[in-house]
Amino acid sequence: MLTNPLELAGMAVALALASALVSLLADRYPPMLRGIAMTLLGLSGGLSVIAGLSVLVTPAAITAQLPLGLPWLPWQVRLDGLAGFFLLLIGLLTTAVALYGPGYVREFEHGRDSLAALGGFTGLFVTGMQLVVLADDAFLFMVAWELMSLSSYFLVAYQHEHAANRRAGFLYLLMAHIGALSILLGYGVLAGFGHGFSFAAMRTAELDPTWASVAFVLAFFGFGMKSGLVPIHVWLPEAHPVAPSHISALMSGVMLKVAVYGFMRFCFDLLGNIQPGWGVAVLVVGSISALMGVLYALMQHDLKRLLAYHSVENIGIIFIGLGLSMLFAGTGHPLLAALGLVAALYHTINHALFKGLLFLGAGAILHTTHQRDMEQMGGLLRRMPWTGLFFLIGCISISALPPFNGFVSEWLTFQTALQAWALENGVLRSLIPISAAMLALTGALAAACFVKVYGVAFLGQPRSKQVRKAKDVSRGMLAGQGLLALLCLLLGILPTAIVELLNTIPEALLGQGLSKATSHGWLWLTPIDASVASYSAPLVLLGLLAAWGISAWWLRRGKWREIRRCDAWDCGFSAPNARMQYTATAFAQPIRRVFGLLFHIDESVTRGGDGWLKHSLHVSDRAWGLFYEPVGRLAIQAGRLVGRLQSGSVRNYLGWTLGTLLVLLWVIS
Amino acid sequence: MSPAGWGLALVQTLLFLLGAPLLAGWVKRVKSRLQNRRGPSLLQPYQDLGKLFAKEALMAHSASPLFRAAPYIVFGSTLVAVSIIPLLAVSLPTAAVADVIVLVGFLALARFFLALAGMDVGTAFGGMGASREMLVSALAEPAMLMAVFTLAMSAQSTNLSSVVQFNLDAGLALRPSFMFALMGLVLVAIAETGRIPVDNPATHLELTMIHEAMILEYSGRHLALMEWAAQLKLMLYGVLISVVFLPWGIATRMTPSALALAFGVLILKLMVLWLVLAVTETGLAKMRLFRAPQYLNLAFLLTLLGLFSHVMLEAGT
Repeated sequence: MLTNPLELAGMAVALALASALVSLLADRYPPMLRGIAMTLLGLSGGLSVIAGLSVLVTPAAITAQLPLGLPWLPWQVRLDGLAGFFLLLIGLLTTAVALYGPGYVREFEHGRDSLAALGGFTGLFVTGMQLVVLADDAFLFMVAWELMSLSSYFLVAYQHEHAANRRAGFLYLLMAHIGALSILLGYGVLAGFGHGFSFAAMRTAELDPTWASVAFVLAFFGFGMKSGLVPIHVWLPEAHPVAPSHISALMSGVMLKVAVYGFMRFCFDLLGNIQPGWGVAVLVVGSISALMGVLYALMQHDLKRLLAYHSVENIGIIFIGLGLSMLFAGTGHPLLAALGLVAALYHTINHALFKGLLFLGAGAILHTTHQRDMEQMGGLLRRMPWTGLFFLIGCISISALPPFNGFVSEWLTFQTALQAWALENGVLRSLIPISAAMLALTGALAAACFVKVYGVAFLGQPRSKQVRKAKDVSRGMLAGQGLLALLCLLLGILPTAIVELLNTIPEALLGQGLSKATSHGWLWLTPIDASVASYSAPLVLLGLLAAWGISAWWLRRGKWREIRRCDAWDCGFSAPNARMQYTATAFAQPIRRVFGLLFHIDESVTRGGDGWLKHSLHVSDRAWGLFYEPVGRLAIQAGRLVGRLQSGSVRNYLGWTLGTLLVLLWVIS
Repeated sequence: MSPAGWGLALVQTLLFLLGAPLLAGWVKRVKSRLQNRRGPSLLQPYQDLGKLFAKEALMAHSASPLFRAAPYIVFGSTLVAVSIIPLLAVSLPTAAVADVIVLVGFLALARFFLALAGMDVGTAFGGMGASREMLVSALAEPAMLMAVFTLAMSAQSTNLSSVVQFNLDAGLALRPSFMFALMGLVLVAIAETGRIPVDNPATHLELTMIHEAMILEYSGRHLALMEWAAQLKLMLYGVLISVVFLPWGIATRMTPSALALAFGVLILKLMVLWLVLAVTETGLAKMRLFRAPQYLNLAFLLTLLGLFSHVMLEAGT
């Protein structure tokens, strides 16, 4: 009988690894991947959920030492509340993906791509993520981090016959490693002051404020790169959409969260002594990411790319919560810091659930129609009713509408921001409202974006032949989506239970929990005090259901039941056809015009050779031209400069060697 | 949390349901008079609703189940939203269930389904209305939240009852933050309820419509629910502005005389407010769509200024 949650977590890691090994046989026996590897992955996910939940229910920090690693630097693992929460999150998504995967990978069985690679790297990817959150020393952390990054690179580049996928994969690999380098340097600073690579040594390190800030900046850059903060996010919308959809769900849903985990572990746990200035930096970058993410998402008509941009937005919202928390922690308001942290954690799990759900839904559409372009979709709700229902739940959740889960975390973030009056500093006090305003704008634009997505893809009439013939997907694929949709609803209507679970994390990290949050029973969520703010999600749901039910019951009696079907009215013009519908591009046009300055818009009307006018519109990311291209040019120029050394003449090389020796001698003496 | 409180909340919701068409009739009548017309009777909106409820509902062949469910969701969400507004008395148990941020959330939920319903049949007008509605609301919602935050920060509570109570206790003090918030909220209310100069509720020109374009395909009881929800929303904003910024007269105790007084004062306030609305609607013309963002930016700036003047000048004093 296993009772130790850490042992359970260890078994989960072993099962994920076993799933990777079993998949190696999949090229010869394709059912191995569907049948056994996915089952093992599902079991691994289930065990992760149990292990994570048990440390959240009974707060504990269990440590162990692995017989692996270097002789003087054994790998250490630790399972505490924070690690448990992220393990739970990984487990939930892995389980859903394991339910969904068997149906989805069937289509690859007759393709040219290797099934062994798909299954093997999926298993390694999950193993890597689980090990990152369990690691208790910088060595294991970095090894697991690289395992996660490298295996996901191979998944991004899985269908490598397309040039776009290879390019996205290369960009992803490059960015992941620049980020990893920065994280490594950050740990280096901590290890230098703490005299050891174990996290226990780093926690006790006494850093002077300047070095602490250096470590913070390195970690913020490194983890921010991996989690896709603006302006270093450009790799994300390239890489996430090209992976197979269940992997996109894992990457957007979980891998970005593992980066958030790293940032939280580094700043709140290892670094400690948070300075308010860091909070300001995180808040500003988070707010900009949230707004830019949603604006760019609105401009996309590739469904998976759009969802990837929404990940940038949601990561921004998480960092707004974290920034508020750091700001309040740095100015000596532990209760408010705990509130910000809980809001950020709540949004973390929410985003994992609804973004996983939406990517699985996009995958289901891709599976049956082979379309990612929304301009070719339409009318899918009547053809794929269950996928349509689950996708709708995902859309409502991500648009932060009550009574689903996205609303709760946004409500908590707003409640944190509303406590800005507690700060002494007038500048900080007015910074927070601006950030709250950007969050409000983000939420409203996200709703607009998902009206566009759902309206264009699922409502209306089909715009292409494949979509007209679409059928709903297999039961397993629906079960994966259904599980996540159900969790979205549960997290929306039972926030008290979730906040109570999350409370152990701020208690451990900040020494203060939200003691009053659930003091009025399970019905009432009162984050600070009942007189400040209260929200009763179950009663809200009851009220909504009662209002809908009564009005529907009243009007559906007797003679009112009949509905006559007829042609669309459309102001009496000729019967509308599918090409007369509003497209995704047309829907977003007013917003493109209003926020035009923030995009790089390339719009032109040219007369083609056949005399037809041709309209072309291309909206690209400004960060690409402003940050990526200059850095790239600089790297090439530096390369050219160094390249001059390579003249091919032996005499020159000997001259350089002599010069170097002289300089070294001069340095030594 | 007394049973009397819940009873009062129910009565207030019913008052909203019954009063909303009347107010819609009132504004129509005042506008007609200002335009030298006699105008329809005050009870005309009730007759319209009654007639629509009795009629057969039609649905396009291409409509999905969402089209059928949306009127109930829109109406229900708006109804729940109005139930948390203190109409007659301050201490309202429903205000604790859902605070003012949730109120904005309910309205957003109703709008989400309204816009989806507009896109469902697949006509160009429906999509156009949905696209424009989402643009207007995306710009109006932050302004609304900023105004609400100014109030919430002053009262140090997001509970609407507490905010009203705070304003009652504070007395007649001229706060710059409140003035800005009031101006911003009025602009937002006009935009969100689809009145002139942002949208025209009486328009029959397809290309200028926003709200009407989204419900173009509805008929019968479905249309009645959509119309009723729009009337409820108009009344909601009117009551919100009059109760929060001019709370005087609202009942603080649950005595019949206090409630009767509150009822009288409320009717007076709403009639005056709607008179102002009718006069401005008569005097202004509808803006082009792309002028609307400027208008809403003004609303947003006003409310943001309100919040700034609160955190800079008033907080902590």
